Amino acid sequence: MPETTPFHDCLTPYNETGIWKHWSGYLVAPRYQYSTTAEYYAIRDSVAVLDTSPLFKYRITGADCLRFLETVMVRDITQCAVGAAQYTCWCDPDGFVLQDGVIMRISENEFWMSSAEPSLRYFRATAAELGIQDVEIQDVSREYGILAVQGPHAYSVVSQLTEAVDAMGYFELAETEIAGCPVLISRTGYTGDLGYELWIRAEDAQSVWQRLIDAGKNFNITPIGLEALKMARVEAGLLLLGVDFESARFAWVDAQRESPIELGWRWMLRKPENDPDDPRQFIGRAAIEKQINERSNRWTTVGLSIDWHDYERVYLEAGIMPPKHDLYCESARSVYRRGEKEWDYAGYATSFLFSSILKKPIAIAKLPNDLAKPGTEVDLEISIMHKPVNVLATVQRMPFFNPARKTQQPTSALTSEQPLTGKISS
Amino acid sequence: MNNDTHYDAIVIGGGHNGLVNAAYLAKAGLKTLVLEQRPLVGGAAITEELIPGYKFTTFSYALSLLRPDIVQDLDLVSHGLMVLPMTNVFQPGFDGEYMFLGPDSDVNFHEISRFSAEDAESYRDLSHIINRVCHALKPLVDKIPPNSVSQHPADLAEMADLNQYMDDLPEDVSAMLKKFTQCSAGEILDEYLESDLLKAQIVSSGIIGSRVGPYSKESGLVWLFHKLGEYDGVQGEWGFHKGGNGGFTQVLARAFESMGGTIRTDAGVDCVLYGNDNGKEGSDKKVTGVRLKDSTEISAPIVVSALDPRRTFMQLVNSDDLPADLVQAITDFKFQGTASKVNFALSAIPNFPGLDGRSDIFTGFTNIGPSFDYLEEAFADCLAGRFSRKPFLDCCVQSTVDPDMSPPGKHIMSCFVMYTPYQLADSDWDSERENLGDTVEATLEEFFPGFSQLVEHREVVTPLDIERVVGLSEGNIFAGELFSPQMFLNRPAPGWNQYRTPIDGYYQCGSGTHPGGGVMGGPGKLAAKQILNDHH
Repeated sequence: MPETTPFHDCLTPYNETGIWKHWSGYLVAPRYQYSTTAEYYAIRDSVAVLDTSPLFKYRITGADCLRFLETVMVRDITQCAVGAAQYTCWCDPDGFVLQDGVIMRISENEFWMSSAEPSLRYFRATAAELGIQDVEIQDVSREYGILAVQGPHAYSVVSQLTEAVDAMGYFELAETEIAGCPVLISRTGYTGDLGYELWIRAEDAQSVWQRLIDAGKNFNITPIGLEALKMARVEAGLLLLGVDFESARFAWVDAQRESPIELGWRWMLRKPENDPDDPRQFIGRAAIEKQINERSNRWTTVGLSIDWHDYERVYLEAGIMPPKHDLYCESARSVYRRGEKEWDYAGYATSFLFSSILKKPIAIAKLPNDLAKPGTEVDLEISIMHKPVNVLATVQRMPFFNPARKTQQPTSALTSEQPLTGKISS
Repeated sequence: MNNDTHYDAIVIGGGHNGLVNAAYLAKAGLKTLVLEQRPLVGGAAITEELIPGYKFTTFSYALSLLRPDIVQDLDLVSHGLMVLPMTNVFQPGFDGEYMFLGPDSDVNFHEISRFSAEDAESYRDLSHIINRVCHALKPLVDKIPPNSVSQHPADLAEMADLNQYMDDLPEDVSAMLKKFTQCSAGEILDEYLESDLLKAQIVSSGIIGSRVGPYSKESGLVWLFHKLGEYDGVQGEWGFHKGGNGGFTQVLARAFESMGGTIRTDAGVDCVLYGNDNGKEGSDKKVTGVRLKDSTEISAPIVVSALDPRRTFMQLVNSDDLPADLVQAITDFKFQGTASKVNFALSAIPNFPGLDGRSDIFTGFTNIGPSFDYLEEAFADCLAGRFSRKPFLDCCVQSTVDPDMSPPGKHIMSCFVMYTPYQLADSDWDSERENLGDTVEATLEEFFPGFSQLVEHREVVTPLDIERVVGLSEGNIFAGELFSPQMFLNRPAPGWNQYRTPIDGYYQCGSGTHPGGGVMGGPGKLAAKQILNDHH
């Protein structure tokens, strides 16, 4: 039997479709309404609430926890202040990514983190191997549920529940109380929009949920499922483990393993070129530095913007309507070099989406370095009437959609009215 | 304010087609000016905050027909385009009955089966054949139509191509297309369906904005026209722009200005200036600019009218300077506006007995028009020269989709109202305006008991108001009826359907040109293509 999250009973009445799927052994809704796109727009136009409780959650404490984390994590954890969070990844000694996740610094020597796959034994074994003794890693996955509240009105809603978000910047966090229950709030999310994530004790789930829904009622707060979330995350250029990359831990061959450089995460490295100021000997550093210095990364992860006219044309020529609505695919599609040679294989796209807000298809792809420059034109293979057909795509930087509100200081719709047009009498 | 007196191109009218046209011209490098008589651009696609926090879509209120290539060509997304899906249609019937159709075809199947198991199945057949007809017409909608009058070999060849294209259509598609152009929507629906409630819901697309009833023969084409749109590739689906259609035209204005274009508001045009140009082949008149109502003259070798055909040919220029057959065609061009808007600010969401507290029924269109008889009766009033005592209403509570349309917890409701003939037999619209508002409110009260108590503010927009404020002749929302004799090859007149006019350099780009009205942008885009073809 699948597990249920602490919010399952709260969410069940919203699930019009009756469809549930499994996420890490928990029941979650792929969507609640019949229209995934309508759910998706809650993220971009009003406010969405998503249950991400199936994530694995760890608490890392102890006098040596900082030393442990600076050795394990690719990003420099010493740069993460108390009250801040980091999106980071960790690698094997060959510099291949094991996982990514968000880590939050609660106090000098206390960190909380979430990740998609289990890492308890890995962290504990690594600490032992490194001889770091005063670090404790606890699995608190079952003790907490997580709600992601995302969208332009996320602040309008959450600010009714706590003042803690008033001055909270992007990737900052605070411990607070909602409905008398302790809640950890971070200004983070997987949508590329304004939003917060709330860690709530499992026993408090229903009380906090009710307060949140009451506060969101006038802002069209909408429970969303994984499908809408995934649409948003592609637009945000956020990679998904198991779709856009595999964990090196369970790879069979190196072609399935990728370095942070190959995943487009070079920004995670502080002054990467043999930085003498960065004393950390984090796991995989030597291999990653070698890859940077020798420019030996095998590919780069880039965004592809599919040419709208070309996409329409190939379907119309086949006499059928181009599929667009609610279109999100995780199956790989080949990418070819454009030139004299036909079907000149170059790489592949992992996630493919018809972006409703951008009104065009987009994809996340792995391309050799010479094709990875923004503006480069490539061919993306799609299947039309069971036959492979190429459409024109252009390499572009991610994110595809990056609203200013994601990082700006938000204002509440309850306190500020910004008229769209002037008052004109007719 | 930019006070230049010379431009490469001047577009008269800052509605959506004027802005689209101007943006294409500016993108091609022309120094382009848009002149708008009102203090804000948008024409019939505006959003007005009549009372603080409540944003009214005064006139047009939804999007579907907007040509998708315009979005890409003008990079509208980066200027804020955001079209939210309207996923549901709610159709109240008599005695508490209703039909609620949504985005899932299987759910719809079961919903329709409550009324007729056979209808549930035929609904799919009907949708499929309509999709195929629309698909076949798509290339024609997005192209400058051929000239059916000209004997020029190139035009004759284009007409031959068109005839060939139509001949090559699959037989069933061709037969259905013929039905749409020759039969009423009611007749076609009778052939496929038996449920009156379902048929009445569908036929709303066949009568909307037009002086036709369910069984008027022109309603087939009106219906087909409204199915030509799409939402993300789903044929016939509608969306709601963030901030209303005014939000959309603001996006167009930003796109135009980002391309270097200039907008002047409060700049009504008195007339188009032109002179004799006998040296020029084919035309003896050549445009030189415009004169504003304040007598300012602005010169340009290209002047484009985004106004309706009557204003383009009979008001901005002297019709004596035009060929008699064109003047006759424009004189005969039917406007006869029959639609009004009543917009409400509501203190809460209306309640439908039996679906108490359900706000999801309002996230798309709510259609009041429960049967063919109801609609025919409403139309009979129109023919008698009075507004329908039991009107057809097409309502949207847009704040259920976009919470920024109203203060938190409050709502706005846009009601499209028919029939309200421009010419009233025994009264005038200044006398009848609030009577119409009362009638609409009473109708809503009947289907949503307690409705009147929710009303905080009401705005009534009659055909006369549409004409006065927007400038659309007789208040016709499409800038001229969508009837066969004034569509495609004949919009607005045979031989003058390619955006040119008899005056060299003077063009037309409003909804009164191909492909037509409905916030398509197609006329603006295709006119720009023609202008750029002629001048580059």
